[in-house]
Amino acid sequence: MTFSTIGTVARRGANGFERKRTDVAGGLFKAVILSALVVSLLVLAVLLIDTVADAWSQLSTRTWDFLNGSLRSRSIDDKLGVKQGLYGSFWIGVFVALTAFPIGVGAAIYLEEYANKSRLAAVIELVIRNLAGVPSVVYGLLGLFLFVERSTIFGFVGLGWLADATGGRSVLSAGLTLAVLVLPIVIITAQEAVRSVPSGLKEGAYGLGATKSEMVRTQILPYAAPGILTGTLLAMSRAIGEAAPLILVGAITGGLTRNPELWDTSGLREKFTALPIIIVEWVSERGRDPGFSEAAAAAIVVLLVLVLLLNMTAILLRNRFEKKRG
Amino acid sequence: MTAIDDLTEGPDSEHLLEVGAESPAMPEVVFDVEELSVYYGDFQAVQDASLQVHEHEITAFIGPSGCGKTTLLRCFNRMNDLIETARVTGSLRYHGVDLYDSKVDAVEVRRRIGMVFQKPNPFPKSIRANVEYGPKVAGLAKKGPAMDDIVENSLRKAALWDEVKDRLDDNALGLSGGQQQRLCIARAIATDPDVLLMDEPCSALDPIATTRIEELMHGLKDDYSIVIVTHNMQQAARVSDRTAFFSVNVNPESDTRTGILVEYDSTQQMFSNPSDERTENYVTGRFG
Repeated sequence: MTFSTIGTVARRGANGFERKRTDVAGGLFKAVILSALVVSLLVLAVLLIDTVADAWSQLSTRTWDFLNGSLRSRSIDDKLGVKQGLYGSFWIGVFVALTAFPIGVGAAIYLEEYANKSRLAAVIELVIRNLAGVPSVVYGLLGLFLFVERSTIFGFVGLGWLADATGGRSVLSAGLTLAVLVLPIVIITAQEAVRSVPSGLKEGAYGLGATKSEMVRTQILPYAAPGILTGTLLAMSRAIGEAAPLILVGAITGGLTRNPELWDTSGLREKFTALPIIIVEWVSERGRDPGFSEAAAAAIVVLLVLVLLLNMTAILLRNRFEKKRG
Repeated sequence: MTAIDDLTEGPDSEHLLEVGAESPAMPEVVFDVEELSVYYGDFQAVQDASLQVHEHEITAFIGPSGCGKTTLLRCFNRMNDLIETARVTGSLRYHGVDLYDSKVDAVEVRRRIGMVFQKPNPFPKSIRANVEYGPKVAGLAKKGPAMDDIVENSLRKAALWDEVKDRLDDNALGLSGGQQQRLCIARAIATDPDVLLMDEPCSALDPIATTRIEELMHGLKDDYSIVIVTHNMQQAARVSDRTAFFSVNVNPESDTRTGILVEYDSTQQMFSNPSDERTENYVTGRFG
């Protein structure tokens, strides 16, 4: 553009640039996507408000008793509460962290740093991505077969020792089953975290004479830690919210006599329940005893708070690590 | 020369040592490259390069992009090993030891032959931890006065000590680009290498920081042999004793580009009276 043309445009002022027609399609599009956001937020808000309102009668008057109480046959009971479910969900979380975390991170580092980029590696990658999408009921079946029943593979490899070790229908079996369920998610998020490590850092370490394992320990793990941690904690909150696999592995609500303290490890190989199972049970009981719908709502609030706490921890840890990373 | 037998294991290492001792009297040859070709898969990146790098000299590799100068440099400390498909033929001797011999441990090679990269890449740790990294993985020193000496000496040699001595525990990422690159040089020196490889060390720096690094290189020459890759001809003319000019051969059939070594001579000769027409065109700015 030469100076003379700029001058012409300037002299003409806004002529030629004035809006000729209103942009109907654009406005409509904006309205549609905005309403999509509003609808999804509204549904969530209604759900939350309704649940908290239902739960209020339980939580406002007897929060502590509710958190410490156990499963009861009637909703009007001073000892009604979710402690047994908290116990199950807490230890499921612990077992998921203890098994899925090291195995998942190890597999991810192997795939990213050690495995040859062969066709086999690509197939394995694809399989892992597909495993992350397998319905949780299927993992429940796998858990039932591996950890609960005294099974045999191919007719001769006995797995009875596994069932003996877990105690069959126990928190331990449930935790291991859910660990298998979230393992692909942990692997995928850890892989992404490992991949995000700048190649300059890796080359720098190699250039100074670091071996591969030293490079992984001193560069990859510290740099990828926030991503790996966030992924693991999110996987844990997913595991804690699952109900379907637990039903197959044998979480129960009837005939639970014990109400162990949270750190009482003697209950790990015993019959168990978990928060999602209690919620399902109480919702189905509300026809017989309407008071259970409030108890179910209160249990939902407890589960939501638990998951929220895990997610918050994930975010805080990530921010802290990222700050440290500079 | 005691460094050499660390590179290899087994009974043959003494024999290899003798070969090294027989190299020509003056000046000592550090790298003896003969007919070296580098391939990435089916693609040939460098074809039949032959040259000698001398001790306590700065050798510059110049040439247009894609001419294989960086690829060749990365052979000198076996960094190309990190690329799965990379393959090397020909011979590359370091003080007489064949670096690509199956007995040679690439990790040990990298402890003897330090490298400074194109983009400053300090670790996201303290300045001190950056310098300590190499000696630590090599097991040269543990925390304490010995390590403190290594840190101070390395930073002094890299002309960075006065600027950072009061904040050794600050994060290295807080330094300026030029300081970061000098920290990377200090980090490379800390393992007490014999050679420094520099891959366009100033390409991400401003002219003032570049001048400081160039001055630094002149000082480092007394202790180390330096090979520098640069796309800046003036830089090569300013700092180096010998210059190798690389160019690109385009294969008309497969349309692939292979790097070739066109000419290698003293820098003065290369810039005043090159024997190859392509070198003359390049250094006078008529090409590239």
